[in-house]
Amino acid sequence: MSQHEITLTVNGRRHAARVAARLTLVDFLRDELRLTGTHAGCEHGVCGACSVLLDGRPVRSCLIFAVQAEGAAITTVEGLAPEPGALGVLQDSFCEAHGLQCGFCTPGMLIAAEALLRRTLSPSEEEIREAIGGNLCRCTGYKQIVEAIRIAAERLGGANLAPGTDHG
Amino acid sequence: MKAAEFDYARAASADEACRLLAGAGGEGRIIAGGQTLVPLMAMRLVRPALLVDINAVADLRGIEAGENHLNVQAATPQADALANLLLRRRLPLLTKALGFVGHVQTRNRGTIGGSLAHADPAAEICLAAATLEAELIARSAQGERIIAARDFFIGAMATALAEEECLVAVRFPVWPTAPRFGTGFQETSIRRSDFALAAAAAQLALDERGVCRRAALGLGGAATTPLVLEEAAGRLVGTTLAEDDVAAALALAEKDLAPIADLHASAEYRRRAAGAMLARALAEARAEALG
Ligand code: FES
Ligand code: FES
Repeated sequence: MSQHEITLTVNGRRHAARVAARLTLVDFLRDELRLTGTHAGCEHGVCGACSVLLDGRPVRSCLIFAVQAEGAAITTVEGLAPEPGALGVLQDSFCEAHGLQCGFCTPGMLIAAEALLRRTLSPSEEEIREAIGGNLCRCTGYKQIVEAIRIAAERLGGANLAPGTDHG
Repeated sequence: MKAAEFDYARAASADEACRLLAGAGGEGRIIAGGQTLVPLMAMRLVRPALLVDINAVADLRGIEAGENHLNVQAATPQADALANLLLRRRLPLLTKALGFVGHVQTRNRGTIGGSLAHADPAAEICLAAATLEAELIARSAQGERIIAARDFFIGAMATALAEEECLVAVRFPVWPTAPRFGTGFQETSIRRSDFALAAAAAQLALDERGVCRRAALGLGGAATTPLVLEEAAGRLVGTTLAEDDVAAALALAEKDLAPIADLHASAEYRRRAAGAMLARALAEARAEALG
């Protein structure tokens, strides 16, 4: 099996590594970089727990081999926090609205919501549901998640940020 | 679940991809977005010895207008196609279909050609291509050939592509939108963005008196390949799409159905759902054309 040298940026930091072709991006992030915030659920593209931003777009990291991320800029859930131990507005809204219970789906939900809020700060409920449509949650029933994203949009909208800013 | 071992090569051009495939002795697979292929590899339903990645091939992406067609390069991401204004204006049926394909995360990565090359019986892009009689352009180290959609889809997850061929583009015929034109795409699934239990596509062109001059109808998830309903569409041509005409066309469509049963729905359910979706798609296209 072929081995490959890759360099990529994760949460603003450059990494160089040697990876086997079959190593998925989610396993690379979790096992090699020890960024275990990104969750591995189904590992075949169904649950959305492994969502990350790849060059700003939400994708499932279990469906990308690490070697394919050569040169890419990745943002994981760790990259959404303003600093270690602190919560961004979006994360805080999830806490406040009880947008999580067991927390397994949460990193993926946050990434999906982040991608939405970078595009618009006045999403309709329909748009919020569409944005998290690829993410399964077995606990909340989704209602509180939708509410959390709505609250975050409202707060960030009031904050007068330039469009496209990362909302951490 | 993890994929079995394989070798990986990044192609810099479509020709290089074809050369790499030719050298893999039938054990090579093209990877574009990987949204169908990687799950199949994770479940070990597919075990290629070599993956040839075409994501870095810039000229395999993009959408261009020809005189009476639109050319969509195979590795164009579904999200890009969905947002493409040229596509929206000239090929609204495909834009509507793309809205039902997977969800944001998979559309960002999944490609038009990847969906076609895998030929899932429920795939919306396959349904649009079959309904509109698209032509698929396949390249190998020996050269290019054009495959009509009707010959391309040969079964569930099976196409006419040879092992050493790479799908490079799809050519969708574009109909004149004047004087009157309408499209409809309808689908039912367990949750939005799940695989379609049944999907239907309709495209109609009417003259200034409201008489239907051209009609195309198709169904997905109703058989192992997308179904093109020629007889039913033919029944609409020359009519003003009155209630009886639509009912007669729907009745003709019924007998072409050969739905499959699986965990998610019985064949009988799929048959009824397909009929209902077709009726809705036709009503949508008719309303657009008459509106
Ligand atoms: S772990 Fe990637 S979609 Fe479930
Ligand atoms: S909070 Fe448990 S899966 Fe969503």
